[in-house]
Amino acid sequence: MPEKKKINIISWLKAFNKKYTIGIPLILLILSSFIFFSLQTNVFEPGNISRLTNSNFRTWLPVLLLTMGQGLVLIGGGIDLSNGSIVSVGNVLLALYVTSADEPWLNLAIVALVIGFGLAAGFLNGFLAVYLGLQPVIVTFATSFIYAGLALLLLPSPGGAIPRDYTNFYRNTQYLAIPISLIILMVLLLIWGIFRHRKYGRFLYAVGGNPKAAYTTGVPVNWVKISTYVLSGFLASLGAISYSLLTGSGLSGSGADMMLPSITGAIIGGISFSGGSGSIIGAVFGGIILGNIRRIISIVRIDSWAVTLVNALVIVIALAAPGIVNLLRRKK
Amino acid sequence: MNETEVTKNISNNNKKHIKISPPAIAMLIAVLLFLLSGLLPAGYSTLQGAIRQGLNILRLASFIAIIGAGQTLVIISGGEGIDLSAGPIVTLGALLTYMIINGQNNLILPVLLLVIGVGAIIGLFNGLGVTYLKISPFVMTLGMAGVVQGALILWTKGYYDGRVAPIMTQLMARDLAFGIPGMIFIWILIGVLMTLLLERTRYGKQLFAIGVNRIAARLSGVKVRGMVVITYVLAGAMAAFSGFLLVGYTQNAGPNLGNQYLFPSIIAVAIGGTQMSGGKGSYFGTIAGAIVIQLISSLLTTMQLPQALQQIIYGSLLVIILIIYGREKGLRS
Repeated sequence: MPEKKKINIISWLKAFNKKYTIGIPLILLILSSFIFFSLQTNVFEPGNISRLTNSNFRTWLPVLLLTMGQGLVLIGGGIDLSNGSIVSVGNVLLALYVTSADEPWLNLAIVALVIGFGLAAGFLNGFLAVYLGLQPVIVTFATSFIYAGLALLLLPSPGGAIPRDYTNFYRNTQYLAIPISLIILMVLLLIWGIFRHRKYGRFLYAVGGNPKAAYTTGVPVNWVKISTYVLSGFLASLGAISYSLLTGSGLSGSGADMMLPSITGAIIGGISFSGGSGSIIGAVFGGIILGNIRRIISIVRIDSWAVTLVNALVIVIALAAPGIVNLLRRKK
Repeated sequence: MNETEVTKNISNNNKKHIKISPPAIAMLIAVLLFLLSGLLPAGYSTLQGAIRQGLNILRLASFIAIIGAGQTLVIISGGEGIDLSAGPIVTLGALLTYMIINGQNNLILPVLLLVIGVGAIIGLFNGLGVTYLKISPFVMTLGMAGVVQGALILWTKGYYDGRVAPIMTQLMARDLAFGIPGMIFIWILIGVLMTLLLERTRYGKQLFAIGVNRIAARLSGVKVRGMVVITYVLAGAMAAFSGFLLVGYTQNAGPNLGNQYLFPSIIAVAIGGTQMSGGKGSYFGTIAGAIVIQLISSLLTTMQLPQALQQIIYGSLLVIILIIYGREKGLRS
């Protein structure tokens, strides 16, 4: 009888995966987290799990925020290759102008400026890609150069220092043993959960799945699509804020390495390039899986000259995995 | 059909006749920019100087155009095709040449074959990922760029030592005949071959067909997946070959040699009127685009603008070109 039970679990998982499309990402998430924690020594010492969780999530939050935004854009049938460069601009602005904890109002204004830039850059992307009908891949690639150039122009060499009070708050605050980075993530997911099953969420999936059908049934296709780019820009600006709080300094190329992981995370999480499928929570799971894998790589101590290659291979394999699964499935 | 409609039609037809092709516009812009650069304080003053500077610009542009050759093919093939792994592949080709040849003339041919083979294999992976695994070309090739860069780091371990063969120096870095650099002859040869490939071969015809409409191409008997894979293989091989040529000119190779040419080569393709969504384009356009982008880059350098501003200008330029050439039809039409 145990065999039958196994089949039941598999069929239940299949049904679950079909309904929420996060079955496989969830398994990978649990598996990768298990490997990560089992590689740690003395996990069960008091406070160690929460310490590890904090150090992981505060590092991952910027990329996870970008992954959420990328997920929205991908579901809507587009792609945003400029989100990393938006992070760079935000990071540079914060590092340049948020220098003293004694001027809360000025600092708040800079934060507002960073968020405003994220919204504006996202809107520009959306305007070019949707309203002018340019290919999202190439046009956001072009704008990424503009934003990255802007960041480099503002801060040619690394520098700036964000007040320790702020960075410590982000790095060390915990409520009920849950780090603030994880709380921010959960709050954002909760907000999205509310919108997902209302008008906006349904519109988004309709637009990504079949824009023509959506258009004929009266969905404001262009506005929904543009809104995904704006949201991606907004989340990228939040990513910039969390990244700046994490590192405490400015680097003009800070976001460059976040763009590809944001896409990869979304893809592992069950979102497809063709749009209209997958989920944001899946994308976040995908981002966490990627983070876990990177952590595992850094723990097992491979040759330091090979780290770049291994990380890149992880990205490519992760991108290829859904396609390989599909190929095998069709062969059956 | 009443009279106004007839006149309208005639004027429409006239408009079509007047329309100049993008490569011609690009050439025109190139000539204008070149004349403009003569007015700058650091520009040329005599005819002799003008020819010298012109040849120099052409020589520098040749690398952008040659690296853009494979890019042209991939972009014409459509399906949002692009090859961002070209940058690191150029570097890889250059470093393989530089480090293995190490000043020996008799190693040129085997190394050339090796370089082209390695580029082709990387291209094969790109092609397979794009077709069979349905990964967006941009993302696939960007991921591959990371892998190639990573492999480079692991292979060289940050230590670049070697020398280019003397024949290569003679051919690529010096003047060959009539005071014209050898690179320009190589470029003309590549240009002729590329144009023949695109205009006169079955492959070229099918390439444009899959770029316009993949379903229609498949239904009329084109093996679309095979075509796409071959195109990425060609692009990889060509990028690696460009690296071989480039190192012959620079005489020196480093870890980022190819990356600086990647974005200019893409813009060159776009300026030349090759549609970013595929199905339309020419190598002559890429040649014209490469000259334009090299002139712009030289102008910006003489004006001593910071690197960052140059990046912003390149990005904006691409957006503008896309707005002019690359609009897709909206849902409403």
